[in-house]
Amino acid sequence: MSESMADLVRSHPVAAGLGDDAVALLVGCAKNVAFNADELLISEGASADTFYLLRRGHVAIEVHSPERGALVIETVGPGAVVGWSWLVPPYRWTFDARALEPVGAIAIDGACLRTKALSDPAFGFAMLSKVSVELLERLQATRLRLLDLYGRTDVQ
Amino acid sequence: MSSDLRLDVTESDGDGRGALTPILHRVVSRHQETADVTILALEPLSGPRLEVRPGQFNMLTAFGVGEVAISVSSAPRDPGPIQHSVRDVGQVTHALCRSRVGDLIGVRGPFGTDWRVSLDDVNSPILSGGDVVVMAGGIGLAPLRGAVHELVARAREGGGRVFVLIGAREPAQIVFNEDLAAWERDGARVLVSVDRGSPQWRGRVGLVTTLLADAGFDASSAAALICGPEIMMRFSARALVDMGVDPHRILVSLERNMQCGLGWCGHCQLGPFILCRDGPVVPYAGVVSHLLSERER
Repeated sequence: MSESMADLVRSHPVAAGLGDDAVALLVGCAKNVAFNADELLISEGASADTFYLLRRGHVAIEVHSPERGALVIETVGPGAVVGWSWLVPPYRWTFDARALEPVGAIAIDGACLRTKALSDPAFGFAMLSKVSVELLERLQATRLRLLDLYGRTDVQ
Repeated sequence: MSSDLRLDVTESDGDGRGALTPILHRVVSRHQETADVTILALEPLSGPRLEVRPGQFNMLTAFGVGEVAISVSSAPRDPGPIQHSVRDVGQVTHALCRSRVGDLIGVRGPFGTDWRVSLDDVNSPILSGGDVVVMAGGIGLAPLRGAVHELVARAREGGGRVFVLIGAREPAQIVFNEDLAAWERDGARVLVSVDRGSPQWRGRVGLVTTLLADAGFDASSAAALICGPEIMMRFSARALVDMGVDPHRILVSLERNMQCGLGWCGHCQLGPFILCRDGPVVPYAGVVSHLLSERER
């Protein structure tokens, strides 16, 4: 038996702790999507109108360089949120997101979610808090990578 | 502390041979593992081969240059000579890395505590049948290699599942690639993430802790061994605890300026620990979790 969209959303970490009403609001902006390996979920410069809650498969966050081709900044997997630029103007993607393998995801209409968040501030705050957790984790991980830990001589 | 293989100079053969006086070893093979890591296989000129538990270290002498602490990267089950993986980061390690087959190197040791994976370690916090997570950053896999060999062999005999999570600066810096493939063939789950990918790299890019969510171990029953730069160990241990791993079942390998190897000189003191004697492998719970978070004075 196929899972309902509500079940799919509830099974994603971003929905952990959300009440039924909040999940219902999220489901109203969601659809189930799939990508083949090498397919782009997000294109740099495009309008940031849809973001993704990854269910299976891994995605590379990339930026393209004329000299060096696609540079992978990081890879993310099941449970991750792909795309944050839908949150803030000018709602334009800054990086590419490419499927490294077959990917299953829940696509969320960013404009739809913003509208619901504005009309229901409690829901908006709950969603922002959820996304902020991942934003913070990814920012901290990026800061640690900037330290070039393994280039040091701490361990011999 | 389980190991009874630590050298006690009072029990040595009178002149402190092995503890105070280097035992001559010959380089019987060398392998360029990465651009800056060389694996040296050493055989004693005379006498028995050193018995070392995974996680312990030796003091290696490059004659005319100096002495440096290097962890042992071969496993007790390895039939061949004892191996050290040396990263070329200073004068002594540079001299060691440039040594050729047939050259002589001084060896004192083995010193320090181990990863508690030996069968005779009846009170081991690691060997209780649950999953074992091994997290290594960079050359930090070298002192863990012997432990992983033991754990993988144990898993094949019905022991806990083994998860090996590797972080490296870039794909070319990943060490022991052949072992990683062999461990995976033997049933371990091996995940690798690099800080910087390359055009050919199709694997993960990101901090080693990002591998934890994908690994699939049972945190409630898991034990963990961590070795790498201290910041990496700190964040990895915290992430494991946040997932539900008992901090008393997390071991980390700490290193300071090891000199005498016997706990005499105090150069390697960290808080209440003299790390050449009380470490390098110590439990994360309690004092160490605070020490890893505090600035040294």
